[in-house]
Amino acid sequence: MSDYRHNPAAIANLVRDGQVHRDVYTDPDLFTLEMERLFANSWVYVGHASQVPNTADFITTTIGTQPVVMVRHADGSVRVLHNRCPHKGTRVANEPCGNAGRFFRCPYHAWSFRTDGSLAAIPLPGGYEKTDFKESPAALGMTKVRHVHDYRDFIFAKLSDAGLGFEAYFGDSLSSLDNMIDRSPVGKLEVAGGVLRYLHRCNWKMLVENLTDTTHPMVAHECSAGTAVEIGRRQPEGAPRHPAVEIYAPFVAPYQFYEGMGIRVWPNGHGHTGVSHSIHSDYSAIPGYFEQMVAAYGEARAKSILDTNRHNTVYFPNMTMKGPIQALRIFKPIAVDKTLVESYTFRLVGAPDKLLERSILYSRLINAPTSVVGHDDLEMYERAQDALQSNGNQWINMQRLYDPAEAQQPTATANGTTEWQMRNQFRAWTQAMTAAA
Amino acid sequence: MADAQPVPRLDPGNDGSRVTTPSAADLIGFVLHETRLIDEQRFDEWLDLFTEDGRYWMPLEMDQTDPILHNSLFYDDKLLLRIRVERLKSAKTYSQKPKSRCHHVLQTPVVDTLDPAAGRYETWTPFHYIETRLDEQTLLAGWSRHVLTLDRGRLRMKLKRIDLVNCDSAFGNIQLFM
Repeated sequence: MSDYRHNPAAIANLVRDGQVHRDVYTDPDLFTLEMERLFANSWVYVGHASQVPNTADFITTTIGTQPVVMVRHADGSVRVLHNRCPHKGTRVANEPCGNAGRFFRCPYHAWSFRTDGSLAAIPLPGGYEKTDFKESPAALGMTKVRHVHDYRDFIFAKLSDAGLGFEAYFGDSLSSLDNMIDRSPVGKLEVAGGVLRYLHRCNWKMLVENLTDTTHPMVAHECSAGTAVEIGRRQPEGAPRHPAVEIYAPFVAPYQFYEGMGIRVWPNGHGHTGVSHSIHSDYSAIPGYFEQMVAAYGEARAKSILDTNRHNTVYFPNMTMKGPIQALRIFKPIAVDKTLVESYTFRLVGAPDKLLERSILYSRLINAPTSVVGHDDLEMYERAQDALQSNGNQWINMQRLYDPAEAQQPTATANGTTEWQMRNQFRAWTQAMTAAA
Repeated sequence: MADAQPVPRLDPGNDGSRVTTPSAADLIGFVLHETRLIDEQRFDEWLDLFTEDGRYWMPLEMDQTDPILHNSLFYDDKLLLRIRVERLKSAKTYSQKPKSRCHHVLQTPVVDTLDPAAGRYETWTPFHYIETRLDEQTLLAGWSRHVLTLDRGRLRMKLKRIDLVNCDSAFGNIQLFM
């Protein structure tokens, strides 16, 4: 066991060219340091503005392991507050979503707060008159998260004053969010269809790495996607392809398909699969939708938006989205070996409901706790989480298509089966984990 | 002396006879039989209890009415159920190495609708369900609603709706059927 907190060299030594030490997935102290150094200094996705349409609407969530509330302030902006009362620490907003009314009011002693977190009132204020209460942190109310950025209704926050600004942190990776938003003829999304919540007994990074792992689907998902294809073949001649078979089938596409689709990496750990095409490229057209897009954007621009079929985009550390099916997942770290996956779907405002129907179907088939594809994946993560206890070999291999020159290429596209994006994530991880030490 | 309770016929009509007007006891017998097929993992026989357009629905929220534009834990037609059943048999289904087992405890089903004229029969059944694999055991509880119809003289499920009491909780794997 190393004392990682006070030994940045030991942390740096966990990540080598093409391999990482298992402690990054299993060591509770490293998990604590990830919350302090990686999650606090990164722009973390919090929620979507459509979840809080009216003044004082809120959702409760976490950034890393810290409880926050995202709320629509009286001035119309979306604010993020630490969700604890400055008095005794009680969580102030408790429901997944709701409306605070005029004030957030702590249920313990009725301290109340405006929707920007500032202290509105305390009962029996005279009790503090002869104290220096005004100088205490409690006088500031619910602590504001100072760095909040609203990118086309996607709300990100950074807990710490350290770290890069929003634009510098995400750079060109925002093009994936743009493509998803532009798929609405009016350029607007709404969260719709509920949220699927799937508990994983594994480290959060295994899930993020799997997003650009393109050599597992034809193996791990053969039993589910392969079975779906086989049963699809038994359908009567001429029958329309079952929408579920259409979704499952590309998971068992051959290696060449995944090699050819390409992977793009961006600075700061972001990247995506599906540069030229993806598993989402061959879905049936939804009647009327293309015409709406042409009317909104003109034919050339509409085609350009709809011909971009990126697969998974990783917004490091813990968010991913799929433009072509308007779905977003957050990987919420709970403990070193426990992660909550939340799957959200979006309505494309101004587009046919059939698109939302497909987003919902996809999320249920692939990302629900009842999903056979989800079962295939979670089995692999859990087996790894357990078997990494082995001391026989303490390293995880990430050498596929490794080129030493890649460290000098912060932005690049490569063969779709490279593990470059996983290495890219670990370069960002190492930087965050050692910079603040 | 009280009248003798009618003996439920399990899967009435399956013996080659044709049922024309199922009794309340027949409906209850059907639910017991259907559950037993799941617990004994006789999934091919279980699939046969659905009509061709039958659905297996587990909503994501209480009192959910829309299975299309609101997500669910399950909203399977027969093809999707068949994919699950065939997958459970596959030698490459690693999440079933070793296999899961499941166990139901049912409260006596309540017959909500017995309408031979409309051909509609509905029951409501509170249950506890346990799914186990390796050293893990998950306990879930809820209510199942069966919407049954007569199909060539046999009772068949048009809909089995399962409302979990904690439908909006975060779950680990749910690999078998309730």
